Amino acid sequence: MRATIIAVFLAASALFAQDLPRFRWENFSTANGLPDNRVYSVCVDGGRIWAGTDNGLALYENGKWRVFTTADGLAHRAVLSLALDKNTHTLWIATLGGLSRYSAGRIDTFNQLNSGLPNDVVYGVTVQGDLVWIATAAGGARLDTRTNQWSIFNERNTPMYEIWTYGVSAAEDKVYYAVWGSGVLEYDVKTDHWLKYDDPDGENEIVLFKDQGLIHEITTSVSYVNKILWAATYFGASRYDGRNWRNFLEKDSGLPSNFLNQVKTVDGTRTWFATDKGLAYYDGVQWATYRPALDTHAPEMLVRDAAGVVTHVPVTTAPAYHYMFGIDFQNDDIWVATAKGLSHGIRIKPGEK
Amino acid sequence: MGMGKQGRIAKGFTTNRATAPGRSLTAAAPLRVQSRHRQGAVAGTASIFACFVFAAAAAAQSGYPSPDDLVLSADGTRLYAVLSGTGEVVAIDTAKRAVAGRVPVGKVPRGIAITPDGARLYVTNSWADTITEIDAAKMQPLRTLPAGFEPTGIAFDGRGALYVANRLSDNVTVVDMASGAITRHLISAHGASYAAASADGARIYVTHIYPILGQFRTPPRSEIEEIDARAQLVTNRIALPDAAGVFHVTISHDGRLGLAALLRPRNLVPLAHVEHGWAFGDSLAVFGDDIGGAVQLPLDAIENYFSLPFGVAISTDKKRAYVSASGTNEVAVLDLARLVAAARAPSAARMANDLSAASRYVIARIPVGRNPRNIALSADGATLWVANRLDDSISIIDTARMAVSGTITLGAPATLTAQRRGERLFYSSAVAFGSSFGCASCHIDSTFDGLNWDLEPDGFGIDIVDNRALEDIADTSPFKWNGQNPDLETECGPRTERYFFRSQGFRGDDLEDLVSYIKAIPLRPNRYRAPDGELTPAQERGKTIFLRTNRKDGTPIPEGDQCFVCHSGKYYTNQLLADVGTGKPTDRSPLIDTPELTNVVNSAPYLHDGSAHTLEEIWTIFNPKDQHGVTNDLVKDELNDLIEYLKTL
Repeated sequence: MRATIIAVFLAASALFAQDLPRFRWENFSTANGLPDNRVYSVCVDGGRIWAGTDNGLALYENGKWRVFTTADGLAHRAVLSLALDKNTHTLWIATLGGLSRYSAGRIDTFNQLNSGLPNDVVYGVTVQGDLVWIATAAGGARLDTRTNQWSIFNERNTPMYEIWTYGVSAAEDKVYYAVWGSGVLEYDVKTDHWLKYDDPDGENEIVLFKDQGLIHEITTSVSYVNKILWAATYFGASRYDGRNWRNFLEKDSGLPSNFLNQVKTVDGTRTWFATDKGLAYYDGVQWATYRPALDTHAPEMLVRDAAGVVTHVPVTTAPAYHYMFGIDFQNDDIWVATAKGLSHGIRIKPGEK
Repeated sequence: MGMGKQGRIAKGFTTNRATAPGRSLTAAAPLRVQSRHRQGAVAGTASIFACFVFAAAAAAQSGYPSPDDLVLSADGTRLYAVLSGTGEVVAIDTAKRAVAGRVPVGKVPRGIAITPDGARLYVTNSWADTITEIDAAKMQPLRTLPAGFEPTGIAFDGRGALYVANRLSDNVTVVDMASGAITRHLISAHGASYAAASADGARIYVTHIYPILGQFRTPPRSEIEEIDARAQLVTNRIALPDAAGVFHVTISHDGRLGLAALLRPRNLVPLAHVEHGWAFGDSLAVFGDDIGGAVQLPLDAIENYFSLPFGVAISTDKKRAYVSASGTNEVAVLDLARLVAAARAPSAARMANDLSAASRYVIARIPVGRNPRNIALSADGATLWVANRLDDSISIIDTARMAVSGTITLGAPATLTAQRRGERLFYSSAVAFGSSFGCASCHIDSTFDGLNWDLEPDGFGIDIVDNRALEDIADTSPFKWNGQNPDLETECGPRTERYFFRSQGFRGDDLEDLVSYIKAIPLRPNRYRAPDGELTPAQERGKTIFLRTNRKDGTPIPEGDQCFVCHSGKYYTNQLLADVGTGKPTDRSPLIDTPELTNVVNSAPYLHDGSAHTLEEIWTIFNPKDQHGVTNDLVKDELNDLIEYLKTL
């Protein structure tokens, strides 16, 4: 009887797992033409893939990589974040030496000396219509591309007490900054006002008040879609719907780690996490993790169901490495920037092996 | 920019600390040596000054038609000309060779496009930042559409979108004709000005009158943007090394060959070899599939320069091309097969500076009216129409005979003012050795060229100077970055004769006319200042910084280091020399004329030698000792505020 129950349960788990995305992974490294295996960021532009590496920017097009370096005008060799202006297909490039802009072969660079950029250490960038929002080590910034006006947001004009902004996400109504050590900052487009969200536990490393606010002050990434905010921290993830917070930790969710480098939500519910221990996915109920196993390095896909039961889904491929920095989507496919290469997850359709 | 110390050579000068922008220091300031010179000149040209007050206000619409751009209807029955001087578009009956209608448009119109069915015209109003849509049959305005800052060139893709090159926005706006709304801002380059569509409308090409800002004292470079009109995206930037001012561009009917008129300035070497052609190369960019890339071929010939090439046209059968020379008042006829052969030759790259090369493909040069701008070729290639801007006429060229067969006048005032005569001189290259260049070669469209020059025969790399804008400068003497010219008569007379043209200079009545024109060059509308003058919060904060007399720690800023002391008065200059610490070892003197700041936002690069690419760099790089105003106590957001304010001046 017990065996039967277990069998049914496993079968059901496998069925649930079928609903979760499965991928055939193709990995790119310097052997394929990437300028460096340490890939910090990835950005999909239709059929073109941009990769920001520790040693330049790379464009994958028609099966070949083209590399852009400081000799081409790139602000710095280390490219930390990428954002595409989907209207003009201009690429905004956050680097450790300023902000660059790529448009049809030409790279222009903005830095703290030649422009209103507050600091050359640029961690994040995103596009909101004609505005470019930037996260730097000395505050946030906004460039109005119509008027070339730069605005700086820091402790003098917003509620942030740390100015080390790490990530930024913008929609029509709101802009969110992940401020490393200062929680999440919200800008209301309509009212031109800033609001700050903090960990109700203060700077404690323990969670005293779960689901009563942001999980931790050391935020690394934000993703705001369909009026749902996701925040990634080095101590777990948070979801905020404008009224309620919900937090996710390794111990009580399918996150493979609390150390999160990026969060990127598809629609507010289906959400992906780049962690130091693999790529995680949450569909609102179940979790999945994709990685080479931490011990054997064998391809691994783990599924955690609503009941917390974890199962292994047999897979033959895995992302290049378990330490992941960045994510972007290409229709049903996913691209992942890892510390040892760029990975393309080619979606396996239901029923397909 | 010269925000900084003053009085170091102005003995006895006492600054008025209460003087704020808008209040002139002129009355209070004792005259220095240079100013005394200026005073004498003013007395001698009192009538010119009296005229100037009126002229400055009216200059945007001069009263002279000044045809600039042309477009032909597809059936060839109508030619439309944009009259930038009177703010109109005229329709010309090509059979009768007569004006058939007129319609007023916006301020200082510059470019025109027509729908393939000939029903609608679209005209850029460069001072109004708008586009006028016109019913071509009725010659009536229909709608006013938005554009960027100083829209100039315009092209229609045949699908429902207009592409507008915005000179002061450095971008191309895409305007949806159905909704009348801007749908995209495509990244262009400095001084985006001219646009042309391929015959099928699939591609749009855009050029720029200013170079892309590069490293200090490196060769200029420009580009032609190629826009995929289906995707409405810039897909290619055709590199034009060593090129700066690039004007009209055209594409052959089959889309395989493109031509653009351009200048190759020799600004890195002393301007002492004019007789060797080392001032400008008047050239043509030849690009496209027929060439397999882009090359630049000269239009100049030895001692027979083709100055300021401007308008271009290719015949439908691809046998000929035509280029206007707005400085030497002629149209060149090019044999396209020979031109393409030259462009494909292994030696093509070396040909760009070869003054004997043009004889390979230029088969005739036809004299036309003054300052020919754009040209339009009939579909059968038989007739070429030329807009003679400073003759207020259109030349009709019989291309078979390669001669002018008629001229249409556009209703210019009967009398020619001194200003207009001066404008003709300004745009003429006749005065320089071999007619190789003129004032307008550097001061493109009476502005500047975005370049720094090694002008005088003082040795290589000595006294490099940034080309300054000419808007509203009548009362901003002295002139020249070292302030050595007390008045424009000196600047434009003996100085140009000796250091620029090396042939003859402007003298007597000509000089007076020229100066009267320059003094009347108006200030373009400022795009950053609200019409009611109200400042944004950032601009207001910046103004407070501009006017401050104390550092942030409360200690007083010495008078000579207060922004508004040197940059005072109506034009934001006290008209004195100052050492603001920006002098280079190659400068003979560290004393720099304090420049006016009006419309300073438009005139990058900055500083006397153009070494600062942006306003920010003036203080982030070139003011380490607070000699150019006290700015090192400012944080970055405060500097941004200061710049936001400067953009409104």
